Amino acid sequence: MQKEIIIAGFGGQGVLFGGQVLAYAAMDTGKDVTWIPSYGPEMRGGTANCTVVIADHEIGSPLVKNPPLAIALNLPSFDKYEPMLASGGTLIVNQSMVDHSAQRSDIHTIFVPCNEIAEEIGDKKLMNMVAIGAMLTALPEIKIEDVEKALEAHLPARHKHLLPKNYEALKRGFEHAQKEWDKVPCEQVQNGTLFEELCLNEPGHGLHSSLSPIL
Amino acid sequence: MIPENAVCVRPEGFTETPTHYCPGCTHGVAHRLVAEVLQEMNVLDKTIGVAPVGCSVFAYNYFDTDFVEAPHGRAPAMATGIKRVLPDRIVFTYQGDGDLASIGMGEIVHAAARGENLTVIFVNNANFGMTGGQMAPTTLPGMKTTSSQNGRDVETQGYPIKMAEMLATLDGVGFCARRSLHDAKNIRLAKKAIRLAFETQARGLGFAMVELLSTCPTNWGMTPVNSLKFVEEHMVPAYPLGDYKISEAIKQIKI
Amino acid sequence: MPKELWKGNEAIAEAAVRAGLEAYFGYPITPQTEILEYLSRRMPELGRAFVQAESELGAINMVYGAACTGVRVMSSSSSPGVSLMMEGISYIAGTEVPAVLVNVMRGGPGLGNIAPAQADYNQAVHGGGHGDYQPIVLAPASVQEAIDLMVLSFDLAEKYRSVCMMILDGCVGQMMEPAQMPEMRPVHRENWDWATNGKMGKRERRILSSIYIEPAEEEKMNLRLLNRWQTIQANEVRYKEYFLDDAEIVIVGFGTAGRVALSAVREARAEGIKVGLLRPVTVSPFPSEVIEQLAGRVDAFLVTEMNSGQMLEDVRLAVKGRVPVEFYGRLGGMVPFPDEILNEIHRMAKSKMAVNANPRDAWLARMATA
Ligand SMILES: Cc1ncc(C[n+]2csc(CCOP(=O)(O)OP(=O)(O)O)c2C)c(N)n1
Ligand code: SF4
Ligand SMILES: [Mg+2]
Repeated sequence: MQKEIIIAGFGGQGVLFGGQVLAYAAMDTGKDVTWIPSYGPEMRGGTANCTVVIADHEIGSPLVKNPPLAIALNLPSFDKYEPMLASGGTLIVNQSMVDHSAQRSDIHTIFVPCNEIAEEIGDKKLMNMVAIGAMLTALPEIKIEDVEKALEAHLPARHKHLLPKNYEALKRGFEHAQKEWDKVPCEQVQNGTLFEELCLNEPGHGLHSSLSPIL
Repeated sequence: MIPENAVCVRPEGFTETPTHYCPGCTHGVAHRLVAEVLQEMNVLDKTIGVAPVGCSVFAYNYFDTDFVEAPHGRAPAMATGIKRVLPDRIVFTYQGDGDLASIGMGEIVHAAARGENLTVIFVNNANFGMTGGQMAPTTLPGMKTTSSQNGRDVETQGYPIKMAEMLATLDGVGFCARRSLHDAKNIRLAKKAIRLAFETQARGLGFAMVELLSTCPTNWGMTPVNSLKFVEEHMVPAYPLGDYKISEAIKQIKI
Repeated sequence: MPKELWKGNEAIAEAAVRAGLEAYFGYPITPQTEILEYLSRRMPELGRAFVQAESELGAINMVYGAACTGVRVMSSSSSPGVSLMMEGISYIAGTEVPAVLVNVMRGGPGLGNIAPAQADYNQAVHGGGHGDYQPIVLAPASVQEAIDLMVLSFDLAEKYRSVCMMILDGCVGQMMEPAQMPEMRPVHRENWDWATNGKMGKRERRILSSIYIEPAEEEKMNLRLLNRWQTIQANEVRYKEYFLDDAEIVIVGFGTAGRVALSAVREARAEGIKVGLLRPVTVSPFPSEVIEQLAGRVDAFLVTEMNSGQMLEDVRLAVKGRVPVEFYGRLGGMVPFPDEILNEIHRMAKSKMAVNANPRDAWLARMATA
């Protein structure tokens, strides 16, 4: 088993932490895992992304060209990662921050209003957890309880009081996505080359931003 | 054609490239002042800039003059090389405090001591901005940075270096001043000093440097407005503004 | 000790602390600044020495000074900073004092960029500084390996009074992986018979220097280094093997290029292609012997690197022209994806390059038509 997940959004949306939570859950359930951020421009308020690879064997590449799973927390990430997803893959999109529908019909695109759900719970910062919860519907290797346990084990003590709300965010995201699954048709294309071609136009994957102003 | 009611226009010395600086960073102000001065002196055509390694590493994208990019701290040496073979050109370096006062201390001191006819724009923002806010030689005592996380402890991490005062002791220096970019009045004074620093070079009067107290809202973790206040309230007292060396000939110049 | 999720750079810093690091000297540079930042907090907390030097030139000479006193000392940097350290490294080698360095390599030459690269292989392995010396060079591919090799670095540096440099790329430095830290070793000052730590009323004075004005003496010193190097070569080669037992094609790659190749090897194996991977862990001393042995029983090698084929030359030397050695590289801070290497495996499974063809030329020609 090996699953790759890319999580992308604006710096400050909790992209990197979201990925770390998944990584902790994977580690605590005995899997091998890598987490790698795009390093460089995000500190200047640009976009950030991280790649998480989960496997039950020693992981080779920590980077992936066509991930089967991705979370796009904002519009630029939606536009960037939708073409890159492996055919048959699942893309969780933060509906609160995008203004158009899915372009591809060979992947499952699940729209989740992460901001609104997080605000209903009472903390808009939790929208990354809403998205992670939604992602778990496509990642049976990791259960919602695994993520809850990981949060409990690794969240710094001063943030422990936030645990119940984090749990709720995970659950609400999961439930919302589950409902969406029934709605999304997906014409699986066996051969994903069409989209690989699109990807070739990309200047590079996460680690190669055209401007990385921290030389 | 510039419309009559234009309040602000792009100086000719700028390209149309938008800068990559963080919102509220005064690197952009410093850039603009240099571009305006070069335009007003009508020397854009014969100017060669030397960019540092620091947040202003991409300065060459913004000034509409020839430009080279130096290794970290070595801009004054590269500038010396250029100026010595092309003495009729205007050559300037634009350097941060990490670049000039840390790794490049040797180069700047010797360029000044040799009296190289260069203009140095020195942007002091009290940290290493580009690499994420580590301590610089200019970091104020007690100031928190990512490599002085409990505040700069002068016992183990040394005292701030006052570059303008230090270089003013060297005989090769024709003009050496410190200004601040924290408000409109000071920005106007900074521009005058930058003009004098380029006039010094144009007249062959030796090494000229303007130290500019500048902000780094991103790494200081402050809003742009608060970081301007920080400059006024904390940087200016630690780094007094003024002319530290001004040769007689320069004093005569009326701008 | 349980596994924790560690970021490569911070893991390296903590591992060094636990190995008994007494002094760190460094200068910020991406993508290794977390090592310096972590130690700026951790070292004073433990009452140990930390200095952010004025430059890498300052840092390496602070390391030189501290190393002469016989304590465990290190610095870390990334490519441009390591270039600045080369003079000091040569002096340290010439003085025969132990010092540990870390280079988290990035795209170059020059200022380049901050993306992961392996283009400093030659600088690290084949000298870099002036004069005749060989440093020990370790190349971790994972966070756990970086921790283990960090600890080993100090032991090797001391054992052989040598420079020990760990080279990794920005991927390993920035990546988080589950890893286990070693127990904290107490700081222990060995009573070295060479350290200049003051006579203290107990012994004759000692001098440490890299000057040998008489060439005959310098030659003796060079021979001493060389003899020591032969011992290192005989005892300290380390590598990891994957699927080599029945391999017909062997990939050789270190660090991140090696682990990316592992993904490709797994996929190729799933397709029934008999391919294996040899990942050098010490790139100096180089695992030439095992490569030479493999050359006797496999059909071909494929060297993958994030540079233009630097380790390639060491592999070719070991293979001695017996079977084709092909090459695939990405440059300037680009990291290969597994499918790029898989394509090469597919190609080689069908037809291999002639033994006497030039692998770099062949690779460039393929790139040009791709
Ligand atoms: C030899 C070398 N060492 C270190 C670096 C990393 N580095 C890039 S910019 C910088 C500091 C920049 O700080 P400063 O000069 O104050 O400029 P600012 O970004 O604050 O404007 C450092 C250490 C480098 N590029 N080259
Ligand atoms: S990091 Fe600081 S100095 Fe650099 S552009 Fe941002 S605010 Fe300006
Ligand atoms: Mg600075």
